[in-house]
Amino acid sequence: MSVILILVAASLAMATAFLGGFIWAVRRGQYEDVGTPSVRMLADEDFSGGKTLSTEKRKL
Amino acid sequence: MDQNDAGSAPGEFAAGSAVVPLPPPALASAEAAANCFHCGEPCVSVEHSDGEKSFCCRGCLTVYELLSENGLGRFYDLNRTPGTRAEPQPDRFAYLDDPVIQPKVLDFTDGKTCRVTFHIPAIHCVACVWLLERLFQLHAGIGLSRVHLARRELAVTFAADKITLGELAGLLASIGYEPSLTLAGLEKRPRQPTARRWLQVGVAGFAFGNIMLFSVPRYFGLSNATGPGLQAVFGYLSLALALPVLVFSASDFWKTAWLAARRRAVTLDIPIAIGLAALYAQSAFDIFTGRGEGYLDSMTGLIFFLLCGRAFQQLVHERLAFDRDYKSFFPLAAVRISGTREEPVAISELKVGDRLLIRNNELIPADSVLIDGMAWVDYSFVTGESEPKLKQAGAYLYAGGRQKGAAIDVRILKPVSQSYLTALWSQQAFGKTTEDGFDSLTNRYSRRFTRAVLAISLAAGLFWVLTGDTVRGLKAFTSVLIVACPCALALAAPFALGTAQRWLARRNVFLKNALVIERLAVADAIVFDKTGTLTSPRAGVRFEGFPLTPVEQGWVFSLARQSTHPLAVQVVECLQNGRVHQAVGSFVEQPGFGVEGIVAGQQVLLGSRKWLQAKGVSQCSEVESSAVHVAFDGKFRGTFLFETALLEDVGPMLKQLGNRYDVALLSGDNPRARRILLSFFNDETRLNFNQTPQDKLDFVRRLQASGKGVVMVGDGLNDAGALKQSDVGVAVVEKIGGFSPASDVVIESRSVGRLPAILQLARQSTRIVRLSFGISAAYNLVGVCIAAAGVLSPVICAVLMPVSSVSVVLFACGATTFAARRAGLFQPEVAP
Repeated sequence: MSVILILVAASLAMATAFLGGFIWAVRRGQYEDVGTPSVRMLADEDFSGGKTLSTEKRKL
Repeated sequence: MDQNDAGSAPGEFAAGSAVVPLPPPALASAEAAANCFHCGEPCVSVEHSDGEKSFCCRGCLTVYELLSENGLGRFYDLNRTPGTRAEPQPDRFAYLDDPVIQPKVLDFTDGKTCRVTFHIPAIHCVACVWLLERLFQLHAGIGLSRVHLARRELAVTFAADKITLGELAGLLASIGYEPSLTLAGLEKRPRQPTARRWLQVGVAGFAFGNIMLFSVPRYFGLSNATGPGLQAVFGYLSLALALPVLVFSASDFWKTAWLAARRRAVTLDIPIAIGLAALYAQSAFDIFTGRGEGYLDSMTGLIFFLLCGRAFQQLVHERLAFDRDYKSFFPLAAVRISGTREEPVAISELKVGDRLLIRNNELIPADSVLIDGMAWVDYSFVTGESEPKLKQAGAYLYAGGRQKGAAIDVRILKPVSQSYLTALWSQQAFGKTTEDGFDSLTNRYSRRFTRAVLAISLAAGLFWVLTGDTVRGLKAFTSVLIVACPCALALAAPFALGTAQRWLARRNVFLKNALVIERLAVADAIVFDKTGTLTSPRAGVRFEGFPLTPVEQGWVFSLARQSTHPLAVQVVECLQNGRVHQAVGSFVEQPGFGVEGIVAGQQVLLGSRKWLQAKGVSQCSEVESSAVHVAFDGKFRGTFLFETALLEDVGPMLKQLGNRYDVALLSGDNPRARRILLSFFNDETRLNFNQTPQDKLDFVRRLQASGKGVVMVGDGLNDAGALKQSDVGVAVVEKIGGFSPASDVVIESRSVGRLPAILQLARQSTRIVRLSFGISAAYNLVGVCIAAAGVLSPVICAVLMPVSSVSVVLFACGATTFAARRAGLFQPEVAP
């Protein structure tokens, strides 16, 4: 039954990795605003042919 | 308030000294124009058009051109008429570049790159987000801009050498997104610890999931198959996983329970904290002594559910500011005149004796004396008086008034902090804090609950000890504490009241917190402030006399447009429906009396009775209310009467409320509207006019002293004291996100008619909370019976806790949604 110990270790390691990812996301401020992205995606496609952030990378 | 009123009785027509610059003469086409493509306002003339699209004003056309030239035309695809009317005044924000003011506004700067967060009330839709996040296309100096829709905030990074802060604010204002820059914005509010809350939920969920996995063998009675060695490993792992949950995720429960215990108050957090401690202690004991794996799955699950309940309630909140004071109303800076120079100066730097230039629509920041210019001061926000007052040089001007018309020159008499408006805030009512929540429904219930649980656990433990079974006695004692841990109880109120808050928020009614619902439910008196909450000043412009032909209406419209007087503006609004402006010749304006001019060869006179009589017009009828008299070629034709009319729905609402509540009205205005309001009130003593802010405050106090729960509905700063003093203060605003005085509820003016529905929902949702308490009590009774017998096993606990929690949550949400539907909150508003 010692194989279970390996499985347990593997599952815990994976879960901890996900927890780490979650903590990283929260620290980066991804949960600061959970409302605006749902609206922002409605306007993601740009039909006007204008410049967008992706076509014109700018740095300050 | 107004000892220096220079004789502008409401019945008289008067006009500011400013004569608006004449718009270019109308084009030949007199066709009625459509609505503005940018902002949706009806177009007064066709003079501003871009081929097929028409615009109401130069400003809107400019914004449209600016946006389409920069490839931002899609703004108009995302929402119909998404814009806001912009009134460009390029140097209005120059004060932001002042070295004293600028560092207070900026979030960050390293000399080159700066970051600033503006609050912009005009942000409201997907098109706004789209446009404001593409600001870099409008100016090379702007980098990343990010919108926070719920807070109506825009964070912008910009290069200080390419665009100054003042220019940036000016650019935003010129496209209709004027940042609201007030004194209050300067005080950096502590950031809400949202990140910490998310982490707490995350850690609890992580531990809950994994511990449950280790508990699976036990759930299915497979413990024998896995063997004692593995069981011990699982036990120690669970113990380790549960520790961060106990210390970090549950830290708020420990803190609040400790605070309550120190104040000798019994809140729900105390039995929760006791239950958690008992759970962990019992589990640790079981694991170390090899008796079993303990109740850690139940414990982490409980904390996870409780935190989810809290998160649910917090997500409801659009982060509206409910605790505003005069600082949210005051600008950041004023223009000081020193010698011949005009310089921006921060409000905090103003001194007695400073000379200030107050331009159109600017606020008078401190009590001062008028030196030069004709002041039309709008005190509606301070006193509730509906019409601006005319002031002559030498008059005393109170802080908080807004100048309408040409610029005036004033000298400060009192420091900002001791002026009339600011003095309102030193009232006692503002010192009161009632937000401790110790008296909430849940906590009242939990007082009895906690005592009962402690008594039962002690009794059960003693019983078994006395019968000689000490081990069983200890187990019974902790088991009762564990099983009675009021998880379901703690979830009932957040979910029921949170659901109610969510339904209300969908109908533009925002509550400060869930406690407000409980206080609304027990209210028995409702006090209205008339100005703005019940009446609409625009609804009642009526023409008395021989009806005007459309051509004549055009003459009156063109002449009235030349004046900035508020009554003239109302005449224009009433007549403008698709009308074209005509050139006005020999225009004369006598401020305070009226205007005269020649339109299409016709002499037109508009103004007060005195003005018309002075011009040789007789037969002028005398009227009580505000009026503008009209004469053509020296012949009296009729009168525009301005009557305050009740808002739609208000009549039926007052009747409905009158059946259940003690309804009263307090108004800072004169008793003009008494007649229309009287029919809706049972008792004449409940109708009070000419009330000062102090009168309103005293009235509310008297009602409270007679044992009533008072709901105060108001909109002005003059109501602020009463709003704060009342049990529930309801602030009525034109637009959510705009300014509102400190209050518990913020409601859009078109939703005022929903007040009975809101109160009904509040009553029913507190009843639902009580029922939920009943359900959870039934579960607890079953659990306590098992526990007191000393036979509680972790499996029973692991089943009982989630089942009771889930059923209570489902009942609370479902029943509240049903109640909201019954209260009629599912129907959307009729479009204004």
